[in-house]
Amino acid sequence: MAYHFDFGAILDYTPVLIKGIAITGELIGIGAVIGVAVGIACAWARTFGPAWLRPPVSAYVELMRNTPFLVQLFFIFFGLPSLGIKLTEMEGAIIAMVVNLGAYSTEIIRAGIQATPRGVIEAGSSLAMTRLQVFRYVILKPALQRIWPALSSQIVIVMLGSAVCSQIAVEELTFAANFIQSRTFRAFETYFVVTGIYLLLAVLLRQLLRALGWWLFPKKAVR
Amino acid sequence: MKSRSLLLGLVALALSIAPLAGHAEALDDIMKSGTLKVAVPQDFPPFGSVTPDLKPVGYDIDVANLIGKKLGVKVELVPVTSANRIPYLQTKKVDLVISSLGKNPDREKVIDFSEPYAPFFNGVFGAADVKVSKVGDLAGMTVGVTRGAVEDLELSKIAPPTATIKRYEDNNGTISAFLSGQVQVIATGNVVAAAIIAKNPPKKPETKFLIKNSPCSIGLNKDEPKLLQKVNAIIAESRKDGSLNAISVKWLGAPLPATL
Repeated sequence: MAYHFDFGAILDYTPVLIKGIAITGELIGIGAVIGVAVGIACAWARTFGPAWLRPPVSAYVELMRNTPFLVQLFFIFFGLPSLGIKLTEMEGAIIAMVVNLGAYSTEIIRAGIQATPRGVIEAGSSLAMTRLQVFRYVILKPALQRIWPALSSQIVIVMLGSAVCSQIAVEELTFAANFIQSRTFRAFETYFVVTGIYLLLAVLLRQLLRALGWWLFPKKAVR
Repeated sequence: MKSRSLLLGLVALALSIAPLAGHAEALDDIMKSGTLKVAVPQDFPPFGSVTPDLKPVGYDIDVANLIGKKLGVKVELVPVTSANRIPYLQTKKVDLVISSLGKNPDREKVIDFSEPYAPFFNGVFGAADVKVSKVGDLAGMTVGVTRGAVEDLELSKIAPPTATIKRYEDNNGTISAFLSGQVQVIATGNVVAAAIIAKNPPKKPETKFLIKNSPCSIGLNKDEPKLLQKVNAIIAESRKDGSLNAISVKWLGAPLPATL
């Protein structure tokens, strides 16, 4: 092979890479927690919420699911300042990830909720549980358990999608890669290393979510 | 036998003409023919581009026409690319190269340069109310640049540590960051700043200080002292009577800098 690898040049930029990993971690950490919370709230609104709440929530979900993430990001970061809403690039990126993941997880969680057998809900009501209690213990928890693998995948997808936040100068892992590449011109080595890091991060995140699933839904709880 | 003597004759003729052609002053040839052939760009706005009806327009075209007018000759525009503009001059296909050409030692070995006629620089730009005049003033400020561009590399070396440099993917990102107020100032080329001004935004980028300056000069063939002198005289005159400044305002949206 004619190409000579030189990873030494990349090694000098280890601090930049580590900072990139930390920021990617921060983005997905905050984004996933708030995003799933938004998803649960919107899933509730679309299934059990008052009639007036359903159209706006549906509109939000459809808007987010049918536009590119990059455009949403630019809209928030470059568009909103015209209305006087100025965000730092981190705030902009996190908000974009939250609203994006929120919309997708709404649909995933809603699918889990709608798969709840009618009899289970009625059984809950017959135990004198309030409507909120029924939703929380009888509907939501089993629903989340059902869709946990799908939700985990979506969170990993959003983590990988956070790469485009480099476009608004968020110094996450892809930004680090582009930065190193523009300084060393060692494109192959840089993206070689960064691809490896992303792969590792994705596998790690998946394992973490799986462990979280075991902890949240102990084996005998449902089925 | 006959063909050989013909060949010899042709060689002799060529030899006798060649020194003559070499001695002729280009300026005299231009005045005699009444046309000035000028190499201009057509792919580098605002210096040179082509209108939808295929008419070349731009800063360099206006300067070419200005020089033609002051010489009292017709201007013939020859479109060139940045790669072939110097060969066009060396092979005498054109008399002058007015094609956003910057002076550098390598080029000076093969052609001569006039006095600069257009500003071309990297610098820091900001709105009128932003007070920055030197690199030290950037302390505590947020500066937008296009990642990997010359101004990124230069500014990264000289900016004070408290300045935050935000690096965007391309010029459009840098421009958007400036216009939306995400960064207070941007480091970019004066051509990019001109492109922003041309769109007439609410916030106009003004030059705060220069990072790297390489003004454009007119390129001519070596050993043409009369033409060089004449071109320099025309540039000096146009600078004084404001006609060069008018071209700068028209295409770059800013008056000629005093340093030029």
